[in-house]
Amino acid sequence: MPAVSLTVNGKPVKATVEARTLLVQLLREQLRLTGTHVGCDTSQCGCCVVHVDGKAVKSCTMLALQADGANVLTIEGLATGDKLHPMQEAFRENHGLQCGFCTPGMIMTAVDMVHRLGHELDERTIREELEGNICRCTGYHNIVKSIAAGARAMKGDAAPHQAAE
Amino acid sequence: MYNFTYHRASGLRQAANLLAKFEDAKLLAGGQTLLPTMKQRLASPSDIIDLNKIDGMAGIELKGRNLVIGAMARHADVAASPVVQQAIPALAALAHMIGDPAVRHRGTLGGSIANNDPNADYPAACLGLAATIITTKRKIVADEFFKGLFETALASDEIITKVSFPVPKKAAYQKFRNPASRFALVGVFVAKRPSEVRVAVTGAGASGVFRVGEFEAALKRRFSPKSLEGLTIPADGLAGDIHGSAEYRAHLVGVLARRAVAAAG
Repeated sequence: MPAVSLTVNGKPVKATVEARTLLVQLLREQLRLTGTHVGCDTSQCGCCVVHVDGKAVKSCTMLALQADGANVLTIEGLATGDKLHPMQEAFRENHGLQCGFCTPGMIMTAVDMVHRLGHELDERTIREELEGNICRCTGYHNIVKSIAAGARAMKGDAAPHQAAE
Repeated sequence: MYNFTYHRASGLRQAANLLAKFEDAKLLAGGQTLLPTMKQRLASPSDIIDLNKIDGMAGIELKGRNLVIGAMARHADVAASPVVQQAIPALAALAHMIGDPAVRHRGTLGGSIANNDPNADYPAACLGLAATIITTKRKIVADEFFKGLFETALASDEIITKVSFPVPKKAAYQKFRNPASRFALVGVFVAKRPSEVRVAVTGAGASGVFRVGEFEAALKRRFSPKSLEGLTIPADGLAGDIHGSAEYRAHLVGVLARRAVAAAG
């Protein structure tokens, strides 16, 4: 079977996979990083969003072999030890989740949003940018509040977790 | 998804040779349509030829009066490119309307037009701007390129390398999204070029993207939304499905064309 080597959350990883293995399958089933979820498996729901070379992508719609040589950041790579990433902390503070299934994807999308658009995100921008992330419990209201707060909190953050990217 | 043999092409010639060699091979660009299609087993290629590691296929540059964009340019890069925003802002805006942020980080210009989904956005831009599609074999004008639903003029061993868009005097794209899929239920691209006006419609045609000659003639006389008042297109030959009847789509074409002309200014 073909081999793939990549960096996941700062650590070098080597694996052999089938050609058809999706990036999300490599992460969850071989590397046991089950924080990245599969909601729809049709690239619509966004539960599987991870960062590949610093950009948010749907890991259910990319082959594991395509990540060869890439730097992948998953939800597990965001916190520093026991200290949550400011965006994770903002979701906790603002009740940005109920069942939590969509949350890893929401947070990875939110962090990517801040990298591209900065720390002052208005409600309209956040709602537009969440086009590819579906939540079936909260109605988005607190997710939007969480992201606005998390974006501001990331400003003062030294962001050692971004070293992985 | 059925398994396949994966080939990571390091150059265009190698990719073209592999494509010619394996009868059931498919090119992998952004994969945002191909991979979901393979998961549903609607496609089961024997071989996948990945174009992502080929250098120099994602450039964006202004060459004289043409904006030339590499086939592997991602939607996000086209949308955020100062060169595109300056030369053809309507094209940057269109790229920003495709899919969602994560899809735009992967999806490519070449992949979109090679697939020629009848509800895709880029075909309307190519036809509306009179683009030229440049391949490993030849140059194909947009009017000759889009051949029907998911059909193009591409030969089975031909690869799109870039697309050249002549810079128009003004242009705008208006998209009416399907509220579920967010694809264009109907999208209209209007461009005022030095020699002509073009009105290209995606989403509505039963055989893909098309131009509206009557609208173009009226706009050539005077480029104003008023020129389109009272003009309609027949529902015959338009797509009708659970998302919208052919009559509804015909109506949308008129509305969106007027809005596009107004937006182009």
